[in-house]
Amino acid sequence: MSAMIQAGLQHYLIVSVLLFSLGLFGVLARRNLIVIYMGLELMLNAANLALVAFSHFNANLNGQVMVFFIITVAAAEVAVGLALIVALYRKRSTAHVEDLTSLKY
Amino acid sequence: MPQLTDLLFYGFAALTLLFGFLCVANPLSRNPVTSAMFLVLTIISMAGLFILLHAFFLAAVQVLVYAGAVMVLFLFVIMLLDLKEEERRKLRKFTVGLGAVAVAAIAGILIKATLSAVPLAAGKVVEGNTKPLGVALFTQYLLPFEILSILLLVAMVGVILLSKKELK
Repeated sequence: MSAMIQAGLQHYLIVSVLLFSLGLFGVLARRNLIVIYMGLELMLNAANLALVAFSHFNANLNGQVMVFFIITVAAAEVAVGLALIVALYRKRSTAHVEDLTSLKY
Repeated sequence: MPQLTDLLFYGFAALTLLFGFLCVANPLSRNPVTSAMFLVLTIISMAGLFILLHAFFLAAVQVLVYAGAVMVLFLFVIMLLDLKEEERRKLRKFTVGLGAVAVAAIAGILIKATLSAVPLAAGKVVEGNTKPLGVALFTQYLLPFEILSILLLVAMVGVILLSKKELK
């Protein structure tokens, strides 16, 4: 019974899966580009949590180095993505995916 | 008898999932600013989980980079856009329902795979790992680290170019 309560690798992985699902649900259900972006960030963070958990329970630091790289790349990706959203908003004055269905404007 | 770290794990895990839910599907408010604030709280709770996993440096980086830099960027962009528009729109019940079903299926598969995996034998724990992490970053992973700096430079130039008023 104590093995069930004690927080092990599986517990962290389940939290990671649930967080990933929340992010995916945000991407699928919401229609605002900014909130969709936040869902993407949640999914990236869920992957980070899984990597750190594996790194801890295997006593191997390579997972943490990977997470460090993911955080940095995510920061760069957020900057570029938000700049794209701003450029899109200037042209079309909307940030809703339902208004952005045409390929050519 | 549960240990203090286990109780902290359940507390931080519950907070992370609760704030994450409120970030993407807040039943009371569909304002993007509210979502951004709950995303900050999610990330800070996740930094707590990182500390429980002895990843102290990553917890600090998580708070500094995500809760600091990235969220400021999000809020700046939200301020540039039309906020009232989001609250006026209705979510489509059909889309939300189908999305929930699909996501629940994926989560079910992943959780089943996690639970059916053979648990690890308890390995030794890496303690106080900021120094070994720095050593690994600057020896074994030196090339990716430097490429990352170029990536950040490219992203910066790209953002400046994209947000100029008109391209010549």
